[in-house]
Amino acid sequence: MQSLMNAELKRINTMSRKLLLEKAHVEGIRHYDVYRREGGYRSVEKALKMQPNDIVEEVKKSGLRGRGGAGFPTGMKWSFLAKPDGVPRYLVCNADESEPGTFKDRYLMEFIPHILIEGMIVASYALGSNNIYIYIRGEYDWITDILEEAIAEAKQNGWLGKNIQGSGFDCEMYVQRGAGAYICGEETALLESLEGKRGNPRIKPPFPAIKGLWGCPTVVNNVETLAAVVPIINEGAEEYAKIGIGKSTGTKLISACGNINKPGIYEIDMTISVEEFIYSDEYCGGIPNGKKLKACIPGGSSVPILPANLLLTTAKGEKRLMNYESLSDGGFATGSMMGSGGFIVLDEDQCIVKHTYTLARFYRHESCGQCSPCREGTGWMEKILLSIEKGKGKMSDIDLLWDIQRKIEGNTICPLGDAAAWPVAAAIRHFRDEFEWHVNNPDKCLTENFGLRHYADPIHVPV
Amino acid sequence: MSEEIKTIKITIDNITIDVEPGTTILHAARRIGGDVTPPAMCYYSKLEGSGGKCRTCLVEVAAGSTADPRPMPKLVASCRTNVMDGMVVKNITSEKVTDARNGVVEFLLLNHPLDCPVCDQAGECHLQDLGYEHGKASTRYQFARRTFKREDIGPYIQLHMTRCILCYRCTYVADQITDKRVHGIIDRGDHAAISTYISKAIDNDFSGNMIDVCPVGALTDKTFRFKNRVWFTKPVDAHRNCTTPGCCGKATLWLRGDEVFRVTARKDEWGEVKSFDGKTGWICNTCRFETKKTESWTIEGLSNISRHSVIGTNKYKTLEMPKETIKEVMHGVEPKLLMDIHSVSEVNNPTVHLSDLNRSAHSSDFKK
Repeated sequence: MQSLMNAELKRINTMSRKLLLEKAHVEGIRHYDVYRREGGYRSVEKALKMQPNDIVEEVKKSGLRGRGGAGFPTGMKWSFLAKPDGVPRYLVCNADESEPGTFKDRYLMEFIPHILIEGMIVASYALGSNNIYIYIRGEYDWITDILEEAIAEAKQNGWLGKNIQGSGFDCEMYVQRGAGAYICGEETALLESLEGKRGNPRIKPPFPAIKGLWGCPTVVNNVETLAAVVPIINEGAEEYAKIGIGKSTGTKLISACGNINKPGIYEIDMTISVEEFIYSDEYCGGIPNGKKLKACIPGGSSVPILPANLLLTTAKGEKRLMNYESLSDGGFATGSMMGSGGFIVLDEDQCIVKHTYTLARFYRHESCGQCSPCREGTGWMEKILLSIEKGKGKMSDIDLLWDIQRKIEGNTICPLGDAAAWPVAAAIRHFRDEFEWHVNNPDKCLTENFGLRHYADPIHVPV
Repeated sequence: MSEEIKTIKITIDNITIDVEPGTTILHAARRIGGDVTPPAMCYYSKLEGSGGKCRTCLVEVAAGSTADPRPMPKLVASCRTNVMDGMVVKNITSEKVTDARNGVVEFLLLNHPLDCPVCDQAGECHLQDLGYEHGKASTRYQFARRTFKREDIGPYIQLHMTRCILCYRCTYVADQITDKRVHGIIDRGDHAAISTYISKAIDNDFSGNMIDVCPVGALTDKTFRFKNRVWFTKPVDAHRNCTTPGCCGKATLWLRGDEVFRVTARKDEWGEVKSFDGKTGWICNTCRFETKKTESWTIEGLSNISRHSVIGTNKYKTLEMPKETIKEVMHGVEPKLLMDIHSVSEVNNPTVHLSDLNRSAHSSDFKK
């Protein structure tokens, strides 16, 4: 309790602390002149005077975790990069943001592209890479133009190219558009695609840090991760690490959508509770039309869905907070994941079966088809879910679904298999009675919804 | 003095062997042989980069190495995971592996047609063997299966995509053996397909090797399609002086009487094309499709076919008599025959000793 109060105090002190979106609303911030006037590129100036290894140490100290979904410590990832002599190293920015419900990187790149470029130059200097590739989702075609324009501006002003700001450091930056495949957000599939091949994930090991782009050591980071390097260098790792709780340091962009009054991008400092995030006017502003909260996917479509009661409080009866540890409290049995920060809210009128079917259809469509469990299993799950949704399911289908997802999870080349299995597993785990209701009421389920039922009831916490 | 080659120890299903560093778990298991060896549907040791896709060779690593004895959190593809010193691997002794493998086999068979009775690959099909060993008699899949149209991808090869399990082996053949790759995978997920995009595009001299590497009946030899069941034909090893550069000229002829029904490359015990003097014995299309007369070949003798294979039926190289033990246990006393078969059977011909025949018995060997 004491720690919770401390966190509360800390939260008030740092309330609404914004690092990435602080200047997002300044007019003209998309362009270099305004961005520079507002203090842009200070981190590059500072970094170029530092030793590359000190920057890596600084990022390690900041506790920054990968913002793409897995939450792996960024500094550690950087320190794994192999540095053989005479072999170029590459920095690749993963801007293939395709997870349903996630649109934070789009916002960053569209409105303040220079913060990404600035972060990448610093990261590139720290890693000793002279070439940076931004692999951007094909559907974000207009953002490609924005980035290209920003890169040209940066180059014109001596932040890219040869001998940056007289430091002797050379760096070039390229933007490459994807061709519309979710799988290319997986880092090794992304590298394959960047090399001009079919975007099939590679078999690991070797990891990209050893053999990445064109067989050279490569670091692949998410857009938001790279942008977060800017405040870390500007303010220092210690200042950055003061924001947040425990291993969830700094700020996180959350893209909130679904049944909420104010969908959009919010920068949070990971100390607020999920309840506050959904209901306060500062953030999502509650659920429209006086409806009640039924369920939520807190971190993008791949992470487990939670019913309202488990979302707001953990199984131990504590308030659930918007950070890595708290969201995953209880493991998959009663928790979920921070993921990429795609926060999808479902109100009492939403049908979990239909919702799960929609996700299963997405994963079936996006599976690369390389390994058998994912290629065959995702399509099978989709078909079963559709038949349950249409009132044609059998009771045994629910167990069958469970068995299929169990046999996909962990047995595939890349995490897409897991990502396809988890939503189905979580839906059955928490909403099994809704699936059974669909089976038992084949006609009614076509015209009515199961509704909220007991999903928001307080959970009994054994003392 | 030659430098000593350092070997490392690996234990698979409680059997420990020494292997060279850089060996994969699958290869170490193949050294041991038998049930310990995981099945492999997509991995092909002669094709660089193959493997890791089908997931049938998944094994459990109970201890990573002596230096770091932690178990690996997930099952790993044994064909693409290198052995570490002191590694402990569980294959058939792991329930997790058996469970996952049964799952993979179910996935592989999900959309695979049950057309073995008309499929040319039947009898030498790896998926058939795999299904026999790990599959269930019934299916839990109740939806329409994925189908494709049959397609001639060249003058000699027909692609029956419906049967394909997307092992990618043929695309590696196209990449690594032929000089011009004109086929690959198009589309993705469960609608991914092998295709030339433009029909009948494959005309390379070595394209026929795709048929040999195909684990199922997706790529079939058009000169052999529906001509015969493989177990009715007799495989013999043969060679000829082939002038095509890169062709080893060593093949297996599949005969019926004196007629050559089919020519394939020679296969080893894992169903892969054999190596000769360290070089993989790929054969050219001239040998495979156009040299179908016995006189063009020097026949070496009957091929070695595993006695577990249906192709081995009725093909005996030598007759091995069972060891007679009665005399031994009776202290040298010959057993007294209680009954003469000819006195009770109207069928047998007393002048023919069936056990002395160096072939299967025909109706002519019996009394009419």
